[in-house]
Amino acid sequence: MPPLEEVVALFRTKAELVSATVSEVENPMQALEYTVALCDRKQACQLLVAGCDAPLSPKAEDLCDHKQQKVIAAPGLVNGLAEDLQELCDHKGIRLVTGGLREHLAGVDIGLTFVDYGIAETGTLVLDSSNEDLRLATMISEIHIGVLSKSRLRHSAFDLEDELQNSLRTTPNYTAFITGASRTADIERVLALGVHGPLELHILLMEN
Amino acid sequence: MQEVKTLKEYKSNVDGALENEFLRSAMDKFAVAYRTGRANAFAGMDVDSLVAEIAAAKDAAAARMDELYEEFKRSAEKNGTRVHLVSTAREANELIAAIARENEARKIVKSKSMTAEETLLNHHLEAEGFEVTETDLGEWIIQLRGEGPSHMVMPAIHLSRYQVADLFSDVTGQKQDSEIERLVKVARRELRQKYVEADMGISGANFALADTGTIGLATNEGNARLVTTLPRVHVALVGIDKLLPSIHEALLINRALPRNATGQQITSYVTWITGPNACASAPDDTKVMHIVFLDNGRRALAEDPVFSQVLRCVRCGACANVCPVYRMVGGHQYGHIYIGAIGLIVTYFFHGREKARNLVQNCINCGACKAVCAAGIDLPRLIKEVHARVQDEEGHPLTSLLLGKVLRSRKLFHTLLRSARVAQKPMTDETRYLRHLPFVFLKQHDFRALPAIVDRPFRDRWPSLQPKVNNPACRVALFSGCLQDFVYPEQLEAAVDLLTERDVAVEFPRDQSCCGLPVEMMGEKQAAVDVARQNILAMAPDQVDAIVTLCASCANHLKNGYRKIFENDPSMAPKARRFAEKVQPFSVFFDGVLASDSHQLPPSGQKCTYHAPCHLCRGLGVRQAPHDLITKAGLEFVPAEEEETCCGFGGTYSSKFPKISAQILSRKLEDARQTGADVLVTECPGCIMQLRGGAKKRGDRLEVLHIAEALAKNAE
Repeated sequence: MPPLEEVVALFRTKAELVSATVSEVENPMQALEYTVALCDRKQACQLLVAGCDAPLSPKAEDLCDHKQQKVIAAPGLVNGLAEDLQELCDHKGIRLVTGGLREHLAGVDIGLTFVDYGIAETGTLVLDSSNEDLRLATMISEIHIGVLSKSRLRHSAFDLEDELQNSLRTTPNYTAFITGASRTADIERVLALGVHGPLELHILLMEN
Repeated sequence: MQEVKTLKEYKSNVDGALENEFLRSAMDKFAVAYRTGRANAFAGMDVDSLVAEIAAAKDAAAARMDELYEEFKRSAEKNGTRVHLVSTAREANELIAAIARENEARKIVKSKSMTAEETLLNHHLEAEGFEVTETDLGEWIIQLRGEGPSHMVMPAIHLSRYQVADLFSDVTGQKQDSEIERLVKVARRELRQKYVEADMGISGANFALADTGTIGLATNEGNARLVTTLPRVHVALVGIDKLLPSIHEALLINRALPRNATGQQITSYVTWITGPNACASAPDDTKVMHIVFLDNGRRALAEDPVFSQVLRCVRCGACANVCPVYRMVGGHQYGHIYIGAIGLIVTYFFHGREKARNLVQNCINCGACKAVCAAGIDLPRLIKEVHARVQDEEGHPLTSLLLGKVLRSRKLFHTLLRSARVAQKPMTDETRYLRHLPFVFLKQHDFRALPAIVDRPFRDRWPSLQPKVNNPACRVALFSGCLQDFVYPEQLEAAVDLLTERDVAVEFPRDQSCCGLPVEMMGEKQAAVDVARQNILAMAPDQVDAIVTLCASCANHLKNGYRKIFENDPSMAPKARRFAEKVQPFSVFFDGVLASDSHQLPPSGQKCTYHAPCHLCRGLGVRQAPHDLITKAGLEFVPAEEEETCCGFGGTYSSKFPKISAQILSRKLEDARQTGADVLVTECPGCIMQLRGGAKKRGDRLEVLHIAEALAKNAE
């Protein structure tokens, strides 16, 4: 594999090409602070920018009305990070959920995950999302924030073959490659972000 | 979805599509943008090697299909997944309906699956009383409209934002704006509640990994992730050709699939699902998971020596993206369910002869699909093979039989051409064109001026021409091809002059005949074999240094076609190989002759653009020599944006589908016009007939010349 700085630079370039926002953090605490600050300054329902005011059928409208408060979903946090994040959220009046994501299918503002690996060649995050709540946090959030340790970066998917093979053998398993935000070009081939999944993907590269 | 019975009805549908202006302009934009997008996505990669690796991996998997299935079943069932193999579309649909009933599911959400399109699964489930919602945006749109996909990757590419806004207004009961961003969000919010309510999710799979019992899904929207997560039951319907030994092969294919499909380096999501995952909505918190493998003719295909490579297809849709015919008529006219070149072929195997009969005739044989295929499938050849099979099964049409018979006898063929010259007399008004078309030609052939057969074909001029070269540098045999022999002999004369001046001894073996490509195109395989054998003998390849032809289509057929024709004939194969090694297109041979001196004609002050004949650039990989010769002829070379796009001739194609041919031609001439060139040079008499006739009809100032004519003209 090429030297780490090169791999990091390649990863950043490729991720930004698919509209991901890439930033660097020193430690997990900074990642939590980034998350809360981002949630604090984002509009309550980002869909507003394009379409949240569009009238819907009554059923769809009802579901949308379920969400009344800013929500951060961060299932699977370890080492006391959940408590730290709770404290930060309380300061800003943001609701933190760490489980029971099915109660929030109308959407959450931010889904925060610590991902397993990164693939530089395509700017991809690799996340074992066998935990259903973790999986949903990356699917129903408007912004997905993935925290990636630089030491977990690989050049190509082939460099991860053994690790992937091990994951697939530990069943049941649901492993996701995530590259950029959810996107479509199904109408007139015009690119639109945020069809069914996140409208934005933020990647926080963390020092080892 | 194309399902008319007769060729006449089919043509009338096609003509309708040609008049759809939105479709035409959307397709043109897409064709041009796709080329750039794909090139960028593959930049710096060794694409040929990647394609070869994918082809090898898929071939190896197809050869072990049953074994891989058994392995997959063992691995997956160990994890608690139920695995099924069904032989027909009907069985697949009935099984999936039974799974839904058994699990008391009523509402179903689906992510995109071409295999489910193949079995018409939605129709079946809806008829059984289930509510089925497609969640991929494009699929949802066409489902709401009651249509089939018009592209494998972009199923709603035929629709405008206004049509979608009207549709969404109906669905929501609220007036919707036509801004695309907003329409996408309407779909997001409308569909979200469908996931919430659904009892069962149905997906397809791009990969099925035998060693771990894993399915892999590549998606952009993220809908497949919700479909496989939220409902308590998950059924994946997978073509058995998607089986691979392990994730290694899947990662390999995934390097090419998104790049070739949409010019993306990777799709937003690639999801690997192994076993029934945790699912909070299921009674025991674990999902019910079934994987249904569909045969529907695939296992028989794997055994077929000619067609097994069809199973290499990774469903990227690129063969449609580059197809000049698809570009003109759109997917609903260019496939039954599967679209594009691969669609023309698999329709025959998955949906039967009835559905394939008309479609397989609508290939112009330009080879663009073969050049772009992620798995190196020889698509144009297989389309011709299907056509030949259909004719063998149903009986050959009279015209095609007659042409086959006539071509087998060179004398009869040439006698007929000579009588045609006499018959056309009243139509030519003593010009080089047919002034009024005889009644056998319909009005729709009138899109280009058609040239007349000359009074004295090249073969009659040869005895008085026969040049003498003392101490020749090398000897070549000239293969004239019918069109240059009988319509454009002056192109051959120009070449003979050029070669003679450079001390090349030229011979013209008189027993040569048509190269046989037209009969092969019409599905007359035996006639193609007979003519090929005659030509190999007539050209006496062992007595010359090269066999030179000025026709790109002949060159490609002589060089590549003949080898294929005789590959399984032990007595002819070595002869065909030796013959093929000698064949050279004029530009390559002459550029080589000129290489020994610094030949350069003085600048003529004229600008010249180039049309690359399909069979030259893609068939033979010749790209540089014609460019070099244009410069050496003293012309200023101005490249056209779509240099390598087909001109719409395609031999007999242009008489079978004149309106499509005319549209392709019109786009091509427009592309040439935009370069500001005075001269358009090419290296194929068929292209010349099409382009020159079209330019004359349009009243364009553009002079259309064969490269040999351009060189000879400026040397005067």
